[in-house]
Amino acid sequence: MVENNNTKISAKDVDVFYSEKQALNKISMDIKEKEVTALIGPSGCGKSTFLRCINRMNDLIEICKVTGSIKVDNEEIISSSTDVVSLRSKIGMVFQKPNPFPKSIFDNVAYGPSIHGLADTKSDLENIVITSLKKAGLYNEVKDRLNEPGTSLSGGQQQRLCIARAIAVNPEIILMDEPCSALDPIATAIIEELIDELRLNYTIIIVTHSMQQAARVSQKTCFFHLGELIESGETNKIFTNPDNTKTQDYITGRFG
Amino acid sequence: MNSIVAQERIIALRKKRSAQDLRFKYYGFIAMCLALAVLVFLLYSIFSRGFSAFQKTTILLEINYDQEVLKLTPDSTDQEIEKGKFFKVKKNALNNVFENLSKSDAKLIKKLFSTNIDKEIKNYYIDNPSVLNSTQKLWVTAHSNVDQMLKGNSRRDVPEDRRKLNDIQLSFIDQLVEEDRIQKEFNNFFFTRADSRHPEIAGIAGSFMGSLLTLFVVFILSFPIAIGASVYLEEFAPKNKLTELIEVNISNLAAVPSIVFGLLGLGVLLNVFGFPRSTPLVGGTVLALMTLPTIIIACRASLKAVPPSIKEGALAIGATKSQAVFHHVVPLALPGTLTGTIIGLAQALGETAPLIMIGMVAFIPNIPTGITEPSASLPVQIFLWVESAERGFQEKSAAAIMIILLFLFMMNALAVYLRNRFEKKW
Repeated sequence: MVENNNTKISAKDVDVFYSEKQALNKISMDIKEKEVTALIGPSGCGKSTFLRCINRMNDLIEICKVTGSIKVDNEEIISSSTDVVSLRSKIGMVFQKPNPFPKSIFDNVAYGPSIHGLADTKSDLENIVITSLKKAGLYNEVKDRLNEPGTSLSGGQQQRLCIARAIAVNPEIILMDEPCSALDPIATAIIEELIDELRLNYTIIIVTHSMQQAARVSQKTCFFHLGELIESGETNKIFTNPDNTKTQDYITGRFG
Repeated sequence: MNSIVAQERIIALRKKRSAQDLRFKYYGFIAMCLALAVLVFLLYSIFSRGFSAFQKTTILLEINYDQEVLKLTPDSTDQEIEKGKFFKVKKNALNNVFENLSKSDAKLIKKLFSTNIDKEIKNYYIDNPSVLNSTQKLWVTAHSNVDQMLKGNSRRDVPEDRRKLNDIQLSFIDQLVEEDRIQKEFNNFFFTRADSRHPEIAGIAGSFMGSLLTLFVVFILSFPIAIGASVYLEEFAPKNKLTELIEVNISNLAAVPSIVFGLLGLGVLLNVFGFPRSTPLVGGTVLALMTLPTIIIACRASLKAVPPSIKEGALAIGATKSQAVFHHVVPLALPGTLTGTIIGLAQALGETAPLIMIGMVAFIPNIPTGITEPSASLPVQIFLWVESAERGFQEKSAAAIMIILLFLFMMNALAVYLRNRFEKKW
């Protein structure tokens, strides 16, 4: 594997508060380009919160306050002058529960490109939709029924539709918040394979509960506990020879 | 030993619990039966009283359209026909209902007929100008007293001085019945005419139209405002003390007695802004103010029911907040908002008190054609008819209640239909 050293996202001293309660404490990490970084840790450790800082989805939560610095391509995004809309078009997100719009499969994927004005003509839009569905490995399954509602698909297909929807707007980064936790093992395996392919073109950050999944799909792993980043590094190293005893305890199943 | 006692206690308790369960089931069942019985009784009493209003009594009259008496020629213009002496033709016809009538008997005969029959005689001529100089047999509307007597709503076995019709008139009616010159037919007046002082020609078309126009105004005013307010409060407004205060007060406003809104309409809309009195415009505005809180609450509930994941999905691919709201949340909430609006309109349809305050209680004998014309409305019409002493209006009010119930039923059915038709599952 070719190592690259381009840092895509660089977080420094990120603190997150929900009202008075501190959810993240001085998180600093660098995330490399075109790699899969897994965030693991027990429930309530702040890994999803950190993920949602990167595309500013925490803005939706009124009581949430984020301080510190996160730079994406050396641009500060934790500031009131950040253009959230363009940030989010650069950073796609896939949620825990598949959330396709209650529209047709085609419209689901076409929505992003059309609001961003990525397609000039109808055939352009069709191209984008088809390419995105192909990239998400869904095209062959749905090519005959693009006009059927996206909600009629199975859970795993819905999740891949959401991935297609995210990549249709040409993001550079894809955030995945436990994308397989609502899926059966077969659908999970398909998504994991897909993540492996997507890594070639996108920087992926995945939050997962399953340590096996983290081990399978990621190159880097960050272990969170009680709002703190305990350890981060090469996935191989974290799972075989962690420096920190807490990490050791967690991955061997002693808590969490 | 102890464990056996405990075992028995547990069993006894279990029996008690299941008996409780059963008892509650029966209570619920009895309550439902009581409610149903009351409803059936209500509907029965309305229907049994109101059904006769859909029929009217007519009497066969021989009318001689004599050129000389009418002072008309076959070439008369419409204006001349309008001034034709139809009342003289009527008088001749009435004098000849029976042969050799005395003058006093003729007067009594005249009271068996509606005062409106000149117009019926005239309208027949306008529709058939060829009847000039011929004698026509025409079924004309009977007076309400005759109508009520034949329908059995007023009794004939009471002393003469307590009856509207005296013994001679009753004998005339009997004779007409015997000769098959009196009949019941479908009461078209009830559906085509506005209010009248005479029960036999009073109808609900005027008040129905008034209600329709009023509801139109209510919808036009309240639907956009309610959608705007609820979308803002639900999706955009910062959560602070001010919006909290507004939210609490919307709920409070929904509970304000409707007559207060009527007073507001009287004091502000009529006296300050000079809106035209008794019109659907001012009635609709007042009712819109009254129903707004209800509709806003319903709209907010349906906006809240849209799963946040849909909005998050849109925001995460870079939709602006208003795009996420108007492309995804509002369309999904629309069936619910429409249902809420229709429920609000149904509430407005049945409202009487505020309309009385702004003068929609006036006697309006015309069918309104615009929102700035004086008009009645269905509930106020019922109120007016129930209040009036004439027996003929009693069945009319029951029939009007049937119409308003039907109207409400149809609106609710529409609400249910819209909800089922457009509700999306996710």
